[in-house]
Amino acid sequence: MSDLEQFRAETRTWLEANCPPSMRTPPNDEETCWGGRNAVYKNPETKLWLDRMASRGWTAPAWPKEYGGGGLDKAQNQVLMQELGRIRARSPLSSFGIWMLGPALLEFASEQQKRHYLPQIVRGEIRWCQGYSEPGAGSDLAGLQTKAEDMGDHYLVNGSKIWTSYGNYADWIFCLVRTDAKAPKHKGISFLLFDMAAPGASTRPIKLISGASVFTQTFFENVKVPKDQLVGTLNDGWTIAKALLQHERNMIGGMGGANIPGGSGQRSPSTAAKRYSGEIDGRIADPVLRLDIAKHNMNSRAFGVTGQRMTDELKAGAPPGPASSMFKYYGTEQNKRKYELLLQAMGTQALGWEGGEFQEHELAITREWLRTKGNSIERGTSEVQLNIIAKNVLRLPD
Amino acid sequence: MALVLNEDQVLLKDAARAFIQDKSPIAGFRKLRDTNDASGFDRKLWKEMAALGWAGIIIPEEFGGSGFGYVGLGVVLEEAGRTLLASPLVSTALIGASAVLRGGNAVQKKEILPAIATGDWLLALALEEGPRHAPYAITTKAEKAGDGYTLNGKKTFVLDGHVADQLIVVARTSCKTGDRDGLTLFLVEPTTPGVKITRTIMADSRNAANIEFSGVKLAADAVLGGVDQGADILDPVLDRARIALSAEMLGCIRESFERTIEYLKTRQQFGVLIGSFQALKHRAAEMFCEIELSISVVLDALIAIDENRNDVPQMASLAKARLNDTFFLVSNEALQMHGGIGMTDEFDIGLFMKRARVAQASFGDTVFHRDRYASLEGY
Repeated sequence: MSDLEQFRAETRTWLEANCPPSMRTPPNDEETCWGGRNAVYKNPETKLWLDRMASRGWTAPAWPKEYGGGGLDKAQNQVLMQELGRIRARSPLSSFGIWMLGPALLEFASEQQKRHYLPQIVRGEIRWCQGYSEPGAGSDLAGLQTKAEDMGDHYLVNGSKIWTSYGNYADWIFCLVRTDAKAPKHKGISFLLFDMAAPGASTRPIKLISGASVFTQTFFENVKVPKDQLVGTLNDGWTIAKALLQHERNMIGGMGGANIPGGSGQRSPSTAAKRYSGEIDGRIADPVLRLDIAKHNMNSRAFGVTGQRMTDELKAGAPPGPASSMFKYYGTEQNKRKYELLLQAMGTQALGWEGGEFQEHELAITREWLRTKGNSIERGTSEVQLNIIAKNVLRLPD
Repeated sequence: MALVLNEDQVLLKDAARAFIQDKSPIAGFRKLRDTNDASGFDRKLWKEMAALGWAGIIIPEEFGGSGFGYVGLGVVLEEAGRTLLASPLVSTALIGASAVLRGGNAVQKKEILPAIATGDWLLALALEEGPRHAPYAITTKAEKAGDGYTLNGKKTFVLDGHVADQLIVVARTSCKTGDRDGLTLFLVEPTTPGVKITRTIMADSRNAANIEFSGVKLAADAVLGGVDQGADILDPVLDRARIALSAEMLGCIRESFERTIEYLKTRQQFGVLIGSFQALKHRAAEMFCEIELSISVVLDALIAIDENRNDVPQMASLAKARLNDTFFLVSNEALQMHGGIGMTDEFDIGLFMKRARVAQASFGDTVFHRDRYASLEGY
């Protein structure tokens, strides 16, 4: 038996013994495990599953063992994912610490910081949020004004962040702050970590057009931050910020590519069109809508094939291409179009706001449609992505 | 197969690019056009291409071909698209060869395929009867007459029809126009009495012809494939044509896009390079995305043929519709971004737009293929 087969056998046995039965069922949104100091576990098996996976470092399987990770190589990591998929196991931990902060710390943090922060992330002890955008710095992120003044033994942070996902639930924040007001805007930014429970830090939820409020605005009034909570070099935080954004876009690109081709089930425009607008001989009755849906589905398929081509090119040893901005742009625009088509197909049944006259999935689609409008705004607008392609790929002049 | 070219295919691509750029730059295409060349393509060059194995590129070695498959053909066609190379690659190496490979009996294969591979024979598919692609709207009639058939009807937009050594004629032998059933393919020599061929001069300066058949006598062995079952050959042949033509269109698109980006980096107005204008940058970046998706789709579709996948019809409609749309977009934007100079005949960019519209109309426009894709996907 090869080492990898051995690993698979051991993994399978361990998962069979340790994945609780309720963790092998599809989760709803409320059951997502985000960890953190104030986490409430309605289902004790959620916590049990988190702790067991964390004990092996498998909440962050590819991170090095010395920082609490699983220390798995690519092939082992793939086996673990396959085995988790085989038993339909839930993700033990959803975490901006794992998805975003951790990779940046691995690349830029001091040894001491890595040993301190990374194991906490792996164990889900600290829930992190991201302090990037500001009311006055959206697409022009580098124009941020939240400042951290050097007070000798600490930094004093003043300002405000916006669009902080789950800021009201987060324990700590990784935050871009201005540390040199006189330098060119990209050269005076630093990357700080600090406790949201510190005196002077507060949050306010933001209600969106969809009625949901997953975002907050956060306020910092004379928040004291110890100096050893600066990551990387003072005034060189933009380098870390960019690396983190790139990582984030790759993650979103992947989601947009593989998981939402034409939409399936109740989110499939063609199925919805047949059901709500009628069909003739197995065809969507409205010929114009039918061709619009075909166009959308064909573009989604082309997008999926492109994701596969990029993966294959990387495997074949080609250097990473300009994929992330293209995927971010095209994937989010496609997702928006999908919901517009669902609205067209379902008519007023997809425009209900609440109440028993609508089915649950119909009401959900109304809210999801509104939510998709943010896809092409958050994490770099579509226009910003096009700028990046024009500059970095096509090399068009400034 | 992974969505990347293998080593042999990369070598073929490099060789094709070097050969075509050297032997047939756009100047060569202009010369054919401006001299009203009787053949409409360079016969000497075609023999050289055949010697490289390109005329028989999808033909197995046992019939004298080079057996490179459709990915190989696509690679060559893409490079040919870059210089608008006019050649019988589409009519003969692609459509003629695939029709005989699928429909031909042992005798027909043995006679025709090696002659295609050597570059000696040219074939042409006589299919269309109206101005928009409609493969089953066939009224050209072949009626039983003794042991053979009598053929009557009119065909239009027959690619390379005026230079072909053999015509493959789609005729109705039963059922009614619009039906998939009741079609039969016939091999017809252009010199047969009753065949009248008129060359049509098209905007893209490529070869096409209108052909009239009046009481043309055909022997029983002129049938290619099964009687009344012609669509079983025609459909897969058309799918191969759609996919491989998409590869040629991709070459045209990439060339005109690259030329346009270069122009944005050199043309100055208002004292700055026009490529610095965001109005143009965003449109260029959008084209880039559409082209990236097109590259993926063409390659996956070519692989689908070579691997005999069962989604070739979907991939054919996906590829042709996408390349139609992308070529439309890029050819229009290229012209607009070049401004006044793009309107001149002296400048090449307009040639790509003329080629775009003819290629779009060949073997199904975008609406045709969206409709077909929806049907194939069950809605």
